[in-house]
Amino acid sequence: MKYLDEFRDAVLANRLLASLERRVSRPLRLMEFCGGHTHAILRSGLRQLLPSSVRLSSGPGCPVCVTASSDVDRAIALASQPGVILATFGDMVRVPGGNASGQANSLQEAKSLGADVRMVYSTLDALGIARVNPGLQVVFLGVGFETTAPTVAAAVLQAAAEGLTNFTVFSVHKLTPPATRAILDAGEVRLSGIIGPGHVTSIIGANAWEFLPRDYRMPCAVSGFEPLDILLAITSLVDMVTSGVPAVRNTYARSVRPEGNLIAQQWMRQVFQVVDAEWRGLGLVPASGLAMRTEYEAFDAARRFPLDLPPGREPKGCRCGDVLRGVVEPTQCPLFGRTCTPDRPVGPCMVSGEGACAAFLQYGES
Amino acid sequence: MIHSHVLLAHGSGGRLTHDLIHDLFRSYFCSPLLAKGDDAAVWPANLPPEARLALTTDSYVVQPLFFPGGDIGTLAVCGTVNDLAMVGARPLYLSAGFILEEGLPLAQLERVVASMARSASEAGVHIVTGDTKVVDRGSADQVFINTTGVGVVSAGIDLSGANAMAGDRVLLSGPIGQHGLAIMTQREGLQFSLPLESDCAPLNGLVDAMLKAAPTIHCMRDPTRGGLATTLNEIAAQSQVGIEIEESRVPVPEGVRAACELLGLDPLYVANEGKLVAIVPPEMEDTVLDAMRRHRYGREAALIGGVCATHPGRVVLQTSLGAHRVLDMLSGAQLPRIC
Repeated sequence: MKYLDEFRDAVLANRLLASLERRVSRPLRLMEFCGGHTHAILRSGLRQLLPSSVRLSSGPGCPVCVTASSDVDRAIALASQPGVILATFGDMVRVPGGNASGQANSLQEAKSLGADVRMVYSTLDALGIARVNPGLQVVFLGVGFETTAPTVAAAVLQAAAEGLTNFTVFSVHKLTPPATRAILDAGEVRLSGIIGPGHVTSIIGANAWEFLPRDYRMPCAVSGFEPLDILLAITSLVDMVTSGVPAVRNTYARSVRPEGNLIAQQWMRQVFQVVDAEWRGLGLVPASGLAMRTEYEAFDAARRFPLDLPPGREPKGCRCGDVLRGVVEPTQCPLFGRTCTPDRPVGPCMVSGEGACAAFLQYGES
Repeated sequence: MIHSHVLLAHGSGGRLTHDLIHDLFRSYFCSPLLAKGDDAAVWPANLPPEARLALTTDSYVVQPLFFPGGDIGTLAVCGTVNDLAMVGARPLYLSAGFILEEGLPLAQLERVVASMARSASEAGVHIVTGDTKVVDRGSADQVFINTTGVGVVSAGIDLSGANAMAGDRVLLSGPIGQHGLAIMTQREGLQFSLPLESDCAPLNGLVDAMLKAAPTIHCMRDPTRGGLATTLNEIAAQSQVGIEIEESRVPVPEGVRAACELLGLDPLYVANEGKLVAIVPPEMEDTVLDAMRRHRYGREAALIGGVCATHPGRVVLQTSLGAHRVLDMLSGAQLPRIC
């Protein structure tokens, strides 16, 4: 497959691994922000092939995982209202919230008890559901980073253009640069470099990471998701650490431009405003979320269905928050693989394919 | 038939039920045992010495009913035939139970029944007894089918998931992932430029050819729901052996790879309906592969790995980069990713 097979070439990968071995002069700890990278690193087996002095930590880049349990509770409450269809991407249906036992604690459980929850592959599918169900309210659960937010914005603009009155978005979208800042400001993990998220950066542009070298002297290499992409990014980070000159390097140039996708950014700005947001694991992070602008309040599920819910509770013993900040590895959580498994997830990191715990368990890392 | 849609009365046991059985089921299934119209099919039990009977059942509830490469009727016959074939049984007779939703267009039912007849004929099995129930609109999704199959296992054949032994070879009959993705793309209305067709097919002919070439094959299994990874895990657990697979040896069609990349799915976990995995003694590897490749449903058969004594109960995948990682069972359903 063009643009994929070339980046999975085993001969080239082994050459890069050998050159990395020669280049690394001291132990390094790098953070892959994105859950897609964690997954790719474990799936290809890169983690065990890297020089032992290069250590990788997973970051908070799994949108499902960082959704606050109180927001999951809200989504469940929305879905359980009569006359409401809740449309969501597949990953979210299994994420546990903070509800007491005996109540529906995930959208999947709510669905089994009669809530109308529908999995969609695109926000346009949710619009389609609204069109054919004019007597019902369709709420789209807007979970995701800058990758997803523009498509949700496009759906809102389309709904406005069509005059749809039964389509709203429950926006819990999050922004990645503020979360990265929060991790560095907390100073819990000593990092030598950051592998920048390729899909997110395709939208926001490589320039959006310039604050890393400028404010934190932290090298950043934006990476694609194939083994060679990731190896190139790691090599680039190692070179920057060695030279002592941190910068933002774009090793995913076939997708990422310095300025990003300007149209997508414009749609996001038009529909959403930046607000403080609650992240699972990071707490309240300033200017890190996207809420609907007042001009589009007719499409804001939070306004149309005001809910008064008790604050969410994190599951007892679950260390998802620490995993999301890179403070511990999934295997260090006492619940990992014991009471928390993909079939009976306690924390969200065990649910999503992007979640570090699910990836570690699936690929047998211990 | 004078009605265009299934009515509740078609399941009442009265005249409409009789008309349906006579005009549709008997006319397509063409079986003398069915045509006798008794409460059960009766046949002489002429079993060769030391032969054994095999019995299996499965229910089919697929949506959409019709998909590229097959429909619920082809599945209902092939699925049960293949389950018999995987224990080395020669399938003889099937039963067919239908649960129909009131309002189902009879033309659709006829299409499904015609597919069943075609697949049964290809597999050389007879549908000899059946049942029809009609439920209120909304109480079922168009049509559900249950088939039960009876077959005969010849003397000397002993296929079981518990028979894999260290040193055995793991063979796969062809490319994986086609059925699951054909269904998923049809269900979700996704369009891909590369064709995605279900591989649904009866495998008893292929199995027959393999067993003729090598009656000592240890195990066969068709990697349906849960895909190849789940099937290999089942065998590893049942036999308490380790299995090692090389990623680069597993054939995955270009269209399946592309669709999986886009949807965030792993082809190793996607369902197949016309493939089998065979665990064979090392000395029989070439003979079995040769027999498989001569059959139309095994042309692209490949050696994908081996059985070992280490890590019993676990399947390990050698990635294309040369690293080793666990290949676990499917947990829950495969869900498309967010970003």
